[in-house]
Amino acid sequence: MSTVIDVEHLNFSFGSGALTQPVLKDITLSIRKGEIVLITGPSGSGKTTFLTIIGGLRQAFHGSVKVLDQQFINSSEQVKVSVRQQIGYIFQQHNLLKSLTALQNVSMTLEMSNGLTEQQRRDRSAEALIAVGLGDRLDYKPGQLSGGQLQRVSIARALVGQPKIILADEPTASLDKQSGYEAVSLLKRLAKESQTAILLVTHDYRILDIADRVVELEDGVIKSV
Amino acid sequence: MDKLTWFYFPARLAWRQLMFDRSKLVAAICGVLFACVLVFMQLGFKDSLYASAASAPVKLSGDLFLMHKQSEAMWRPIQFKRSELMRVLGNPAVAEAYPLYLGLAPFKNIKTQVKRTLMVYGFDPDSLIFNVDEIRNKRDELRLKDTVLFDEYSRPEFGPMRSLLETGRNVTEINDYKVNIVGLFRLGVSFAADGNVVTSDLNFMRIFPRRNLSEIDMGVIKLHPGAPIQQVEAELKNQLNEFVNIFSYEELLKYEKDYWANTAPIGFIFGFGTVMGWVVGLVIVYQILFTDIANHRNEFATLKAMGYEHGYFVRLVFASAFFLAVLGFIPGYVLSLGLYHLAESQMYMPMPMLWSKMITVFLFILSMCVMAGLLAIRKLKDANPADMF
Repeated sequence: MSTVIDVEHLNFSFGSGALTQPVLKDITLSIRKGEIVLITGPSGSGKTTFLTIIGGLRQAFHGSVKVLDQQFINSSEQVKVSVRQQIGYIFQQHNLLKSLTALQNVSMTLEMSNGLTEQQRRDRSAEALIAVGLGDRLDYKPGQLSGGQLQRVSIARALVGQPKIILADEPTASLDKQSGYEAVSLLKRLAKESQTAILLVTHDYRILDIADRVVELEDGVIKSV
Repeated sequence: MDKLTWFYFPARLAWRQLMFDRSKLVAAICGVLFACVLVFMQLGFKDSLYASAASAPVKLSGDLFLMHKQSEAMWRPIQFKRSELMRVLGNPAVAEAYPLYLGLAPFKNIKTQVKRTLMVYGFDPDSLIFNVDEIRNKRDELRLKDTVLFDEYSRPEFGPMRSLLETGRNVTEINDYKVNIVGLFRLGVSFAADGNVVTSDLNFMRIFPRRNLSEIDMGVIKLHPGAPIQQVEAELKNQLNEFVNIFSYEELLKYEKDYWANTAPIGFIFGFGTVMGWVVGLVIVYQILFTDIANHRNEFATLKAMGYEHGYFVRLVFASAFFLAVLGFIPGYVLSLGLYHLAESQMYMPMPMLWSKMITVFLFILSMCVMAGLLAIRKLKDANPADMF
């Protein structure tokens, strides 16, 4: 399996009837295993909507969206939930659970899957945190960490389940230039090691150079690849 | 996911979230505690009411009891003819039949001169119809003119009788009639009367000059040892006039209890108080769970995006509800224990903390929290992972 995401002729619109607002028009895009693809474009170009459809968080009806060989168009919630468990998410805000330590937050990804003991979950979560350079912050809660550190925890959380795909939405938006660049470089390095594909939405032009491919979206149409 | 982790993981997260925000946790526990104490006290008063209502009949020693059919309860009896009671002696199984005279009368506090109503029991001192040693041992004194025994468990408003008797001040008035208190016994107050006094049937007529010996309030019947009580009861029911009720011991207790539970509005009032405690607690717990979900909306949406199912969050909310129930019940139980003790020592009401009551209240509180959880889970729909991007 070399193609992990395969989108063909995807159309999507908000609203209905006279108020129908087309957001995505005839999108065709495929992403191979281990490939890093950036989607850029102005606000309202539909790039975040595209990401939520790929992530199985929004139901699309027209075209074809195959993620890890599962068809998302007109699919059941169950199919999407099972695919979501194989995807790592990184959000604009870190969205960590405030009441849990960094280690416990990362473990949340592993608690969905069977067959691991508590100790194995702890070990793997700790490894993931060490890989993002937070080996000395395992038992810190989100309130005690800086913005860059929080984003690195969420990178660890996304990667610890060894997903085939990582979806990231503006991961650098709440970070300054240096910690933002460090975060995405780290993401790139770890993803390349594990052959994980990354689909990253951003309009931060400072990080374009990490991509294998940049897709520019404007008014719901792919402008250049 | 196996069965253990199916519930353990959401429960653990619920626990961690509860423990994270201590001030909110304390507020939540206070809410449950409040409901818990309210329910404990209402049920305690109710049971105490039933127990004390039956305190007088409990100490009566007899196999069968006669009351006028129009008597609602022992504390407001309708008189019937003594001759009606004596007819039961025609049955060969009956050994003895004794009249009991009952009356409410004002009793003057020896110290403060304030009058307060208590219950006066009049009976033949030789009949031994009260199963109380202090009364049986004083039957010689009770035979004298104008003598009474005073219930030590009466409310303190009647005066510190024991110390008064020790200093020789034993003369007071009942129903404006001068009597001598010749001793103490222990029976207990009820909702009908704050105190009790026993005296001989003759002295009873002196205290209540309008009463006469042939108009009795209750009949106490003793059978020969080994007589079949139920069979004799049925026989007597046929022989006696229809204006009297005949009760066995258990039936008398039930009759008294049912009066307070149903006829008097008191049973309803405490039942209503219990339900209100439940509702107030429900609203508090619901509010807490609801705002908790609202505050964690982003976190839940994130977890949903990661692949957590809706059921996980439902279990999480119910686990929170369960923890709140337990955490609120424990201090609520301890506090209620103290209040029960206070009621027993200060108000002379029998309020034992029974296992059955403890379990009842816990199930009550648990049902309250589960109900609050059921109402709150609708809020989970707000956690939509598509809004997270």
